[in-house]
Amino acid sequence: MKVLTKPYGEIEVEERQRISFPRGLFGFEELREFVLLDATQQPFYWLQSLERVEVAFVLIDPRFFRPDYTPDVDPAELSDIGIAEPEGMLIFAIVTIPPAAQRMTANLQGPLIINRNTRAGRQSISSNPLWGVRHVILEELARSRAGRAS
Amino acid sequence: MLILARRIGESIMIGDQVEISVVDIKGDQVKLGIKAPSQVKVYRREVYAAIQAENRAAAAAPGTLPRLEELLGGTPPQPPPPSEPPDPSKSKP
Repeated sequence: MKVLTKPYGEIEVEERQRISFPRGLFGFEELREFVLLDATQQPFYWLQSLERVEVAFVLIDPRFFRPDYTPDVDPAELSDIGIAEPEGMLIFAIVTIPPAAQRMTANLQGPLIINRNTRAGRQSISSNPLWGVRHVILEELARSRAGRAS
Repeated sequence: MLILARRIGESIMIGDQVEISVVDIKGDQVKLGIKAPSQVKVYRREVYAAIQAENRAAAAAPGTLPRLEELLGGTPPQPPPPSEPPDPSKSKP
């Protein structure tokens, strides 16, 4: 299907890239249908709204910079989108890119959880006090790489 | 808005499954106990508001992405710097 996207204009997208969020995202409850795109810049992804082209979120796999990340969301929230076991889910964090891009942050407190099979998703709220809404990605990535090197 | 006065140990019901009780009061702080079924999500309002605000900030970002490796100060493996053109005479035998 052809989709109009904020980062790339009109592009061809496969049906299996379509993700539905039956409850929307916080602050965007009215938007339910999205497509998940690989960004041309790794390790990012785009979550593009099918209903409002100007709404597109940059996503990242939180384990890219926080290998210790676990979303710690209520199991009831997982069963809400039909996830029975942890292997059945994809986890993403929404990235906020300020004008000074090296200060870009990821929201680990409000992770996106997607059911791999049904491609239904929801934004959850982590119960782990370790996770906040603004983790500076480059700082934590440098720390995790330094930890691995030592 | 409905406003009810309650004392410590008293509670209110919201529907027939959600119970909110006043556990303690100290100065300007009230401790509340909340009993609700697991599908009813209970959050401090600030947490909910912070995630909402962060989503709005994220959606306002431009349509272009930074190059992570450049931001990290790493040099990309390709291409080689123009000041050092490949020298065929130094190629491997």
